[in-house]
Amino acid sequence: MGAATLDLFAAALIDAEMPLPAGITTARGGADAARFAVYRNNVHVGLTNALSQRFPVTERLVGVEFFRGMARVYVQDRKPASPLMFEYGEDFPDFVAGFGPAKGLAYLADVARIEAAWSRAYHAADAAALEVADLAVLAPERLAETRLRRHPAAAVLTSEHPAGSIWAAHQTEPVATVAARRPETVLVARPDATVNVHVLPETDAAFAAALIAGATLGEAAEAALADSPDFDFGAALVGLVTLGAFAAT
Amino acid sequence: MTTSNKTQALPPRAGLGLKPQHYEAILSGEPDVGFFEIHAENYMGAGGPPHRYLEAIAARHPLSLHGVGLSIGADRPLDKAHLARLRRLVDLYRPASFSEHLAWSTHDTGFLNDLLPLPYTPETLARVAAHVDETQQALGRRMLLENPSTYVLFAESTIDEIDFLDAVADRTGCGLLLDVNNVMVSAVNHRLDPFAYVDRFPVARVGEIHLAGYDETTDEAGDRLLIDAHGTPVKTDVIELYRHALSRTGPVATLIEWDNDVPDFPTLKAEADRADGLIAAEAARRGAARARAA
Repeated sequence: MGAATLDLFAAALIDAEMPLPAGITTARGGADAARFAVYRNNVHVGLTNALSQRFPVTERLVGVEFFRGMARVYVQDRKPASPLMFEYGEDFPDFVAGFGPAKGLAYLADVARIEAAWSRAYHAADAAALEVADLAVLAPERLAETRLRRHPAAAVLTSEHPAGSIWAAHQTEPVATVAARRPETVLVARPDATVNVHVLPETDAAFAAALIAGATLGEAAEAALADSPDFDFGAALVGLVTLGAFAAT
Repeated sequence: MTTSNKTQALPPRAGLGLKPQHYEAILSGEPDVGFFEIHAENYMGAGGPPHRYLEAIAARHPLSLHGVGLSIGADRPLDKAHLARLRRLVDLYRPASFSEHLAWSTHDTGFLNDLLPLPYTPETLARVAAHVDETQQALGRRMLLENPSTYVLFAESTIDEIDFLDAVADRTGCGLLLDVNNVMVSAVNHRLDPFAYVDRFPVARVGEIHLAGYDETTDEAGDRLLIDAHGTPVKTDVIELYRHALSRTGPVATLIEWDNDVPDFPTLKAEADRADGLIAAEAARRGAARARAA
């Protein structure tokens, strides 16, 4: 009987419209909705809090009340796949992108993507970062066909909005001003103990995205030159390496 | 499986839950805390700051590994991948204790992120005992099983909660974690005497005690309904019940659980100091009793 009991319990737990599960009782006898509501509330509040911890800037941008309402809809249909709560909300940014009431904030989903990447970087495997000195040993004639290995904590995100600047502006109290409305490419990296979010120079965006995706240095440089003719290969490569985008070989 | 845990036991001191916002205070202040306890699931990432801090803190203090996601009470097989993740933490940090709950948290829809209650029947007893046994085999060590806080009862239950826990311990050789706040919460919620619960608890099996703060509301019948909230200092009545529990268990490792609205480290440390004082008083009382007997 135990199996059926837990099935009913779980079903009633996640659907507040369902009647109380059969078989639960109290010392007085008979079910009590206020008591079962404690479990429903625990599940709901626990998952909502997990999102609020992982997406604090998203929450600041829309306000606590709006965020809770948005999270309620997400939490209702998407329970965590595992007990590792720091992984919960991987597709929350995509959900935000499609959430009608937030449509006025076009940049919101991209800010959430930075926050998702931030916590992935925080928990990622440790690895020594490639250093600028390591580049010196690369043979010049082999440079074009060299593939650098993405550091386990590194990610590049491209946005049609100044998502990186908006994220950075909300790390302080009061919120700083974001000057320009323009597309941004962001590198999230944790070469050592601290997760950093960098807005990359516009000319380096295509280069960085290509390298992180596994392109050779030659392929990435071609993509960058097609995108911006004044692309500076040396400066861009040294810049990315310095920020900890790649793992030591 | 029965494994001696003599060399693995936590010290008979007060301990604190390890919180990221206190990492720096703990490393720089070197506080005198009996042990630190972590929620295992928070340290199941591949790397990064959580592991760096934990490594440094575990080098200075005994560590208790406390799982909140194994779902030992569920009506389905244990998650082998989760057992492997626990084993990795045991191998990395050699904790003095591993504990989990008499509860379930995973179902078809996924992880429900709460410690949910189960009926106590011969069938669920057999299942929980098998799961505890499997866990101890997978981790290569003895575990402690914690009594739950509950808000409802099951009509089909035929076994008393203490008898259930005692039987699991008997079948598997596991120890028990006596959560005194859970005793208070469940006893009030089910109109039982919390002191009588502690009096019946098999104290020889207790390897650790938990203390926490509860919230209070009422149910539809207007009866007191206590909620295991972990967001305040330990309430006075729970301290009294703890004092009574200590008189039966003797000095034993005692964790202060404060997981929501986490205060600054000195406030948390003051809670540990209060428990340390009660443990020391019980040790003194026993010492005096032995001296009188000699």
